[in-house]
Parts: sequence; C-alpha cells; structure tokens
Amino acid sequence: MGLSEVLHALVTDYTLRTVALGSATLGIVSGALGAFAVMRRQSLLGDAISHTALPGVALAFLLTGTRASLPLIIGAAIAGWLGTLAVMAIVHNSRIKQDSALGMVLAVFFGFGLVLLTYVQRMPQAGKAGLDKFLFGQASALLASDVWTMAVVGGVVLILLTVFFKEFKLLAFDQEFGMSMGFPMRVIDILLTTLLVIAIVIGLQTVGVVLMSAMVVAPAAAARQWTDRLGIMVLISALFGALAGITGAVLSSLTSRLPTGPTIVLCISGIVVISMLFAPRRGIVYNRLLGFRRKRQLELDSVLLDLHELALQHHDPQYPHTPAVLRSMSHNPLAVDRSLMELQQRGLVKETDPGLWQLTVEGERLAESKLTQLGVTR
Amino acid sequence: MSSAQLEIQLIAAVVAAACALPGVFLVLRRMALLSDAISHAILLGIVLAFFVVEDLSSPFLVAAAAATGLLTVVLVEGLNRTKLVREDAAIGLVFPVLFSIGVILISRYAGDVHLDTDAVLLGELAFAPFNRFELGGLDLGPTALWLMGGVLLANVLLIVIFFKEYKLVAFDAGLAASLGFSPTVIHYLLMTQVSVTAVGAFDAVGSILVVALMIAPPATAYLLTDSLRRMILYSAVIGVLSAIGGYWVAHLLDVSIAGCMASTSGLLFAAAFLGAPQRGLLAKARRRRRQKWEFAVAMLAIHLFTHEDLPEAATECRVDHLTEHLNWTDQFADRVVELAVRSRQAMLENGLLRLTESGRRMARDAIVNWSPSA
Repeated sequence: MGLSEVLHALVTDYTLRTVALGSATLGIVSGALGAFAVMRRQSLLGDAISHTALPGVALAFLLTGTRASLPLIIGAAIAGWLGTLAVMAIVHNSRIKQDSALGMVLAVFFGFGLVLLTYVQRMPQAGKAGLDKFLFGQASALLASDVWTMAVVGGVVLILLTVFFKEFKLLAFDQEFGMSMGFPMRVIDILLTTLLVIAIVIGLQTVGVVLMSAMVVAPAAAARQWTDRLGIMVLISALFGALAGITGAVLSSLTSRLPTGPTIVLCISGIVVISMLFAPRRGIVYNRLLGFRRKRQLELDSVLLDLHELALQHHDPQYPHTPAVLRSMSHNPLAVDRSLMELQQRGLVKETDPGLWQLTVEGERLAESKLTQLGVTR
Repeated sequence: MSSAQLEIQLIAAVVAAACALPGVFLVLRRMALLSDAISHAILLGIVLAFFVVEDLSSPFLVAAAAATGLLTVVLVEGLNRTKLVREDAAIGLVFPVLFSIGVILISRYAGDVHLDTDAVLLGELAFAPFNRFELGGLDLGPTALWLMGGVLLANVLLIVIFFKEYKLVAFDAGLAASLGFSPTVIHYLLMTQVSVTAVGAFDAVGSILVVALMIAPPATAYLLTDSLRRMILYSAVIGVLSAIGGYWVAHLLDVSIAGCMASTSGLLFAAAFLGAPQRGLLAKARRRRRQKWEFAVAMLAIHLFTHEDLPEAATECRVDHLTEHLNWTDQFADRVVELAVRSRQAMLENGLLRLTESGRRMARDAIVNWSPSA
C-alpha cells in the first residue's frame, strides 16, 4: 500500500482513523509527561507504574465484565497509584533502595495481575480474552468511544500540565528552592506523579503494560537532544510520541500478526537513534563533523600563524618560507600542503617562487587579528 | 501429592533459590533494575536461538540468550557513556527495543514454531514435568530440573569461590580496584550469572517474574540481617518458601503458578517490612515508644539531680509540681514517676521525689552524653 493510499485510508477508514487518533493521543500525553519523568531521573518509575497497573486492569475487567476504556483506566490508575505509593513507602521506611523497591513492586504487582487474569480467563463470560492483548496492546480493537475517553482524560491531564507548568518545572530542577519560596512541593510532586500515572494508563489498551514505559522514556529522551528548554522539550516530546504512535499503530493495523505495542516501541526507538545521532549540538554525528571542522580550522590557523611568526623573526612581513619549514613547526605535518592550498584559495597566502610561500596583506591582517583575539601581545 | 506435583515444587524451589543468589548482589549494588532489563531482553536471544535449534532446553539456546543479556548491559553502559541520556533512561531505552523485536518475531512466526508469547513471558511451570530428560532410555526426571539444578550449582560455586571479590565490589568498588580486583570483571561475571539464571528460569516462571524472584527474596533478607552470608542464606530460603507457598496457593485457586510465586514473595517482603525484628515498621514503632519513656525518665532524673539538696528542692521535686516544671500532663507525669520508681531510679516519700544512687548516675551520664558540647 502506497503512502497516499494510507493517507486516504486514514481519513476515510473508520478503524484506521480511530486507531491513529487513539495512538496520537497516547503519544502526546505520555510524551509530554515523560519529559518531566526523564528530567527528574524517574524514567523507570514509568516502567513500574505500567506493570503495576495490570492487577487494576484485571480487577476492573472482573468487576465490570466489559472492556470499555473508562473502568479499565480507573482500575489501572488506582493500581498504578498504589504501586507508586508502595515504592515510596518502602524507600522512606526501610533501607531498601529505590531500584530494588521499583523492581520488586513492579514484578510482584505484575505477578498478582497474572493471578487475577488467569482467574478471569476461567470465567465463562470472559470468552477468550487473550492475555497478550493486555500485555502488548491491540490498537485495532480501539473503538471511537475509547478514543473519546482517552482524549478527554488526556486533555484534562494536558490542561493541568499547562496550568501548573511553572510549579512542575521548579520540582524538576530545584525542589529546595521551590520549598524555600513557600510552594507545597510535596503536593506538587504528588500531582505530577498522578498525572504521570494517568498518562501511562490511557496508553495501556493500545501499547500494553509491558512496553508502555518506553512511551514515557523514549520520546522525552529523543526530545532532550534537540533543545535545552523544558517547555520546548515537552512540545517536541509530545510530537515525537504522536508521530511514533500513529506510525506504529497504523503499521500494526495494516499488517497481520504485528502486535501494536512492540511496533510503536520500535518506531519511537528509531526516532531516539536519529535524534542521538543527528541533533544539532548534542548529536554524535553532529559533534563528529564539528570536531572535524574545528581540527581543519586549527590546521589552517597554525600554518597562517606559523608563517606570520617566521616573518616576524625576519622583520619582514612578506618574507617567504618553504613548506618544509612549516611542516617541521606543525603538529600535523601531513596537513600543511593541503592547508597552504586552501589558504591560497582564500587569498591569505601566495606562492612567490615555486616552493616559497608568504603571507598576503590580508593574511597578515588576519593573523594579527587572530593573535589579538587569543590575547597575544607583543 | 502426585509425582508431577512434587516435581513442579522441586523445580520451582530450585529456580527460586538459583534466582535469589545473584539477586543478593544486585540488591546490594543497587542494580536491581538491570535484572528487569536483562530478563526482558533475553527474550530476543531465546527467540533467535529457538529459530535455529527449535528446542527450548538446548544449551545453545541458553548460551545465545545469556549473550543477549550481556549485550543489554553493554548497550546500557555504551548509551550511558555518550552522556546524552542518564543511566535510568538508558535502561529504559535499551530493553524495550530488544524485547519488542523478540515479541514481533514470535508473533510473526509463532504459527511456524512451537513458541508462544504467553509461555515465554509468563512461563508454564505446570507443563515442565512433561519435558523429560532421558539418557539411554532411562527417565532421569524433568529437563527443567536438570537445567536449573545446574544453574543453581554454578551460582553456588561462583559465589563460594568469588565470595571475597563479590563482597568487596558490592560494598567498596573503589577499594576493590585499588587492591587489584577489577570491578569490571566482577561486574560482568555477575551479569553473566544474572543472564544465565534468567534464561534458565524463564521457562518456568516467565521473563517478567524472574525479576520478582531475583529482587524480592534478597530485599526481604536485607531487612532481616546485617551479615552478607546470612543474607545469601536467608534469600535462598525465602525464595524457596515463596516458590512452594506460591505453588499451593495456585493449586488451590487454580491460577497462574508463577503469578502466585511472585505474589507470595511480595507478601513475605511485606511481612518482613512490617515485622522484621530490628528493621520492621512495628519494631521501629515499639523502639520509638520505649525511647520516649526512657527519655522522660532520664529527663526526670536530670530535673531532680539539678535541684537536689538545694533549698528549692521542696517545691521542685514534688510529684504534683512536675506538670508545671517539665510541662507534662498529670497522667504523663504519674506514668513517668511510676516507671522511675519501679526501675529504682528514684524514691517517693510523701509526694517528694529523691534520686537513688543509680538515678544520680543516670542523670550525670545523661547530661554528659546529651549536652550539645559533648
């Protein structure tokens, strides 16, 4: 199927449109909240929350017998909340560290969720509710009503995020300062964590409990590479989340036996890799290129300044020298000839006789100004 | 109890003990979440190797999956070194990718091979006894038991042989390095152990609940003892208890065995969290209560000591004046006086309190020990 056909189907096909809108919603909300989680070094809290939501999902299913979004989201949110509280209680009241508390709560809640799910599966009205639908999500099963629920809940989360942006920023960067300013930082912390829990649980139906954490970490980690400003990072992160959500969900809906959660994760991970490689200023490739250009500039400068230095020694600004002399002065003798050629093209040096090089007037002026910039005075 | 039931419990117990051993060092070294990453990522190794050998209990599969576990650690550290993301985010980025590839491969080709997502993720302990280890037509028991027995033995041996090194690296990596023990080598040895154990255990409990068995028993043991040897021993015992307890709960309710094992390990942790002799919440609350009264008695002794043999003693040391001088309620004052008299720190004569010799000593000690200048 070509791209234009996919775009056409996105608008006309009910299922595909629903899936794309749902995945975009989850990507936007988890991306925006994920920015805060990543900045606060709580990336793995998302992992814990999404796993701990499983018993809540199972209980909600057990009690209501439906797969409608709202009960599942509420159940998941309560369980996710309890899991977070359990982690905090363990860390505060014992010598167990954050990592062990997270890992343990995650796995134990998940185990309890499995117990409930296997119990659910034995019930006659459950039908064949496949476990992997809960674990890895099934975007194609989304209904328009589910998307409405996600959009409304997610919208409320985003509005709260905007309203309290300043407070959350303070929490992420300088909690003590916030406290000294008289902000109730604990309340703000609880509010932000609650929003994170909600952001995670609205994605569970689509991405599944096992991989939802990636939707919190990855968009934010990618967005971090492109900016140093939190506000912009939140926007980019939401955008990346939406992009990966739509791409992954559509791919998975169009292909048979391609689970949604893992597909979305691979899409967002691709965005992470691209960002880490090519983002200006932080990207690996960008920095390599920058390093290469700087090295080249240093080679040019050193030849220029060496010529200038030699001329000064002879009390004649135009005194010519052979490349051999320059090579012996250089850190990188192999680059001297190349540098001379380039300087000649820029009109900074000229070859008076074959094998004899001297500064032009512009070259001399540039060398002087570079020395002044470096703070060298004579 | 049928022989299959016995075998299942035996396998569960061996798996739990094998997981708990490396788990102790993960908990101590604050690397618990690496086990989460490794146990998820080995899925990819298992799937890839399974496509080649088509046998879930082949040693080749174990080796390939363990290699994926190590690859995860290398990738996390590599990502960390770029300084573009922090360590927690690095873990959170790496394992979902490897895991996702594994899940997609299973889903795409599951029809062609006998491997399904539920079994790999959640394990199916109930089926473990069907896979027999036979040698020359002789039935030697379930393959899983042999596999995990081997892993358990290897873990025990490694920890016994490298006990000193592991201990040193766990508590003071800097010292270990300066003494010539490479923390990196020990780190990768531990990570290999975690990977191999997770691979061996996934068959029985699935790749997610391996984390529960690796973290919960050592965390529980950590609340019970301050000795590394005891912590290792307790972890193994708690792991085995979780396994067998979990099996019976699952049997009674007819639900997931692995889920019940994880839940039981969580319950055991909760029990220790509340009731551990020294570090439990209850013990702490009781200690605080006791200290409150001890402090009050000491305060009374200091008060009496300060005014002893002075003219104002007649008013200051009266029981019914304590409410005024120490700002205590009547009830509280009566209780403190009763405690002080019963522990023979003070004597009561006609409503007037007098210190005994031991009370005087206590007051003097208290002043020396608690004064800000001391």
